[in-house]
Amino acid sequence: MKMARALVGVLVMAVAAVAGPETNGQYEQKHLPYDFDFLEPAIDTKTMFVHWSTHYAGYVRNINLVVAEDENASAIVDKPLEIIQRDITTLGPFARNNAGGAYNHGFFWTILTSVSSSSQMKPSPALQAAIDKAFGSFDAMKESFSTAAKSVFGSGWAWLAVKDGELFVVSTANQNNPLMKGVNGRQEVLIPILGLDVWEHAYYLKYQNRRAEYIDAFWGIVNWDKVSQYFEEFASKGKPVPV
Amino acid sequence: MSFLSSVPCAMADGDFYKLPDLPYDYGALEPSIDATTMQLHHDKHHATYVKKLNDALKEKKPRATNLADLQAEAMKLGSTVRNNGGGAYNHALFWRMMAPVGKGGEPSEALQKAINAVWGSKEGFQEAFSKAATAVFGSGWAWLIVKKGGLEITTTPNQDNNLMISGSGIPILGIDVWEHAYYLKYNNRRPDYVKEWWKVVNWSEVNNNYENYALKGIPVPA
Repeated sequence: MKMARALVGVLVMAVAAVAGPETNGQYEQKHLPYDFDFLEPAIDTKTMFVHWSTHYAGYVRNINLVVAEDENASAIVDKPLEIIQRDITTLGPFARNNAGGAYNHGFFWTILTSVSSSSQMKPSPALQAAIDKAFGSFDAMKESFSTAAKSVFGSGWAWLAVKDGELFVVSTANQNNPLMKGVNGRQEVLIPILGLDVWEHAYYLKYQNRRAEYIDAFWGIVNWDKVSQYFEEFASKGKPVPV
Repeated sequence: MSFLSSVPCAMADGDFYKLPDLPYDYGALEPSIDATTMQLHHDKHHATYVKKLNDALKEKKPRATNLADLQAEAMKLGSTVRNNGGGAYNHALFWRMMAPVGKGGEPSEALQKAINAVWGSKEGFQEAFSKAATAVFGSGWAWLIVKKGGLEITTTPNQDNNLMISGSGIPILGIDVWEHAYYLKYNNRRPDYVKEWWKVVNWSEVNNNYENYALKGIPVPA
């Protein structure tokens, strides 16, 4: 494991020397809050590396291009990433896809943690009460979320999201998210506090077509402290989570 | 072409459609497409589309009696039939539209003429097609279709195809750009996958699709 970490470290430096994380535009490619191997064995090191350094980087680069070059983009200049999601569809599919991708991934890294850390965590009393109210139990919520995640056809995300203080499980296609008004046949906006990327790039190297196994493993690496904080400090106050 | 596959395809009573064997070994399209991907792609992904389609059609009764004709009804029959009927069809054609490097031949005179009419040359067509394939966001396919006697490049999301919308053309060549089609070997580098895929395009099959089906207004059979 140490050898693998050292090799990945060298690889990271090599990539950084060539491409670098995206830090030159309005939106920054945020560093992972942990090393690439931190989520093993639930999510493999190579996936974390490729996912963060290529997919996420690409979305950030592209939304920064929109800010810099799209003359219709004045509405999003100097606005936080979580705020621009709501009306991003008005700027067209390129803006929506990449603003969504940048937000979704920036958000995703923060709600995951190591297997050992996650095993010490659980939803806060306030979050648990909301879960019980909406789903009946924690297990019922997991079941509902897992079903949604399995049912996404093609690329997309499953979310646990808040509207008017209540919890819902929703899924979105591609890099859409529930903060976006008028997508996925919904005019209403919901505020995500937990999300799972089910694009194949998120799991294929380790799980191949076995998405259900990936979803099971995901439950072992959820950062419930973060998710609870997102619920109490942001979502239940009607504020989108900043990333 | 020899038929080599280790997938036993036993057809249960009452199944609408039978998973076709790959027309070659798993490793036949190396190095463009790796053997592991071919095995997973056919034995898991394609097989699952076929199974779910067959299960769904035990409840729904389509007018079509074959998979190609089913495409036109797919959207009416609900999302399970649309997604899995599309997946079953698209992949059945996909394997045949590829051949080992050096075995795929070239566009026929008739097809090349039609290509030149729109894109000026084979290279012009390839560039336009590659661009479309790279630009698909999320999961989907890029296609060369025949519409009103002429050629067009289209893209479709997920497992949709042009046969699902009446009058929108007959596919004769397609590339799967779902990440499962290329991720193990190429990771995020879809442009590299598309570039290598050209080396395994089976133009003999595409010529046949064009002249014997699409030009006659008939969908290519699966």
